[in-house]
Amino acid sequence: MYLVSHPDEVKVISFRFGQGAEQIDKYIELGGYEQARRAIDMGPEAIINEVKASNLRGRGGAGFPTGLKWSFVPKGMDRPKYILVNGDESEPGTCKDRPICEYDPHSIIEGTIIAGLAVGAKQGFIYMRGEYRYLLDIMDKCIADAYAKGFLGKNIFGIEGLDFDCMSHSGAGAYEVGEESALMESLEGKRGVPRIRPPFPAVVGLYGGPTVINNVETIASVPHVLRLGGAEYAKIGTDRNGGTRLFGISGHVEKPGVYELPMGYSLRKAIYEVAGGIKGGKKLKAVVPGGSSTPVLKADEIDVGMDFDQLAKAGTMLGSAGIVVLDETVSIVEFALRTIKFYQHESCGWCIPCREGTDWLKKTITRVYQGNGVSKDLDNIKYLAENMMGRTFCPLGDAAAMPTIGFITKFRDEFEAFLSENPPTPGLVLQQAPNLVQLAAH
Amino acid sequence: MSTPTTIFSAELAARLDRLVTLYPVKRSALIPMLLYAQDEIGYCSDAVVAEAAVRVGITELDVRNVLSYYSMLRQKPLGKFHIQVCTNISCMLRGGYEILEHCQHKLGVHENKGVTPDGLFSVEEVECIGACCWAPAVQVNYDYVEDVTPASMDAAIDKYRQLARPQ
Repeated sequence: MYLVSHPDEVKVISFRFGQGAEQIDKYIELGGYEQARRAIDMGPEAIINEVKASNLRGRGGAGFPTGLKWSFVPKGMDRPKYILVNGDESEPGTCKDRPICEYDPHSIIEGTIIAGLAVGAKQGFIYMRGEYRYLLDIMDKCIADAYAKGFLGKNIFGIEGLDFDCMSHSGAGAYEVGEESALMESLEGKRGVPRIRPPFPAVVGLYGGPTVINNVETIASVPHVLRLGGAEYAKIGTDRNGGTRLFGISGHVEKPGVYELPMGYSLRKAIYEVAGGIKGGKKLKAVVPGGSSTPVLKADEIDVGMDFDQLAKAGTMLGSAGIVVLDETVSIVEFALRTIKFYQHESCGWCIPCREGTDWLKKTITRVYQGNGVSKDLDNIKYLAENMMGRTFCPLGDAAAMPTIGFITKFRDEFEAFLSENPPTPGLVLQQAPNLVQLAAH
Repeated sequence: MSTPTTIFSAELAARLDRLVTLYPVKRSALIPMLLYAQDEIGYCSDAVVAEAAVRVGITELDVRNVLSYYSMLRQKPLGKFHIQVCTNISCMLRGGYEILEHCQHKLGVHENKGVTPDGLFSVEEVECIGACCWAPAVQVNYDYVEDVTPASMDAAIDKYRQLARPQ
């Protein structure tokens, strides 16, 4: 991993990147832990009001208002409350939490303390995906340093009776565990299958206690919300979409990387200016704007501001802000196949529409791509995907169905080409990884 | 709780002794415990499963039920250096499949999770490893190798081969 930079960036969450802030003394020198200290004096209500005013919305993908989520935690309950930080970053196209964990890990700990103060929790867990072992090691050192300074543990910041503990936890490879209820199951040492809601985690969560679950980027934004003030933070973004986001721009661009841009920044400018345009001067074919689960945009649909509401209006989602750029040479059918292959692999199997739906979608798209499809297959793909929507305990079913519907609707001609008498030659996925065909045959 | 007999090194055993005390319930330690055990033993062997079951206080069946869910946990040994090639969308667009094929050819390993005869390397096609902006990307055990080309992949393989040589 390496850092990139562009003049249009607004560095709020990334302002300490590359300055050695993983060392606690450097972090403190750059203003670190001041907001956690200040939050103690502010008290729960003022913290939550500040976060509400900031229009900070969940950076994991769903975009739920963070302050509102915190306010759902019942006050004065006997059961222990928990803060659970979701670092199970696994959505294809998404690698934005990695730089935070590597370059500004203390901001995650500080955000966790502030969240704990806001809802009355005494324990925080930072769940990292198993593949991020080097980040887990960084986080463990940072947590130990924060304990040594008295920012964690008993009587934090020297205040008698104020305790807050925090620890990291390693996953072991599962996309589904990034879903909040499956995340709790996994932390409880079980298979990562989702829970039915209600009750929502804010009331009955981890170990049965009220639990706030926030993405790494969300929780790391919290100290900055307090630093700037909610109203100032909100002003950086657009209406109801406060602040900045770390946009991971990948695929066929000249300068891929993680860039911090204000909410509502133009998708076209992000691709053509910030990321340096299409690689090798080729033409743009399509963009997946917010991680692999978000519906595709065609080349003429990218004049849109990147916030939760504008992208929803454009028929897609901001999601995890992982922008994947496809040039004119990409076969959409192949891309759709690779996408559904992922969701079929990651479906936990708990809900039948997702378990069976992802498998049949993969088989049907594979058949089309092999040149063995029939015209009814295209309608079946759409029909199958549409009937998965909203019929599962967690959003994985939707995450598989939505992009599939996008591909088959917007690029139907490419699917039809594979049904013709002279179908295009299948590319990389089938030629270079024959195991996919074997898998599809199962 | 200290386990009287352990298959792990003293250091790992002590780490696991502590791990189960950190959570409100012991079972929460299970998944990291299996992963750390695998790091030392090479895979989640029957003995690992048996000891994990005792340590967290559940049945071996319950341990296996969890173990089978997580893609990083394995029930048979792989290469000393496990090469995990991401072919998901961002990597695919920048040559992930070519890198996978290159590794398979170079090492003569053609089935997924196949191991070289000397037991040094294994190759697996994996899902997104969170390196989309530095694609194509590979993980060798826990090390990231990013912006990979066939040449840089060869250099990485040579480096690990050197590491394996007795000093």
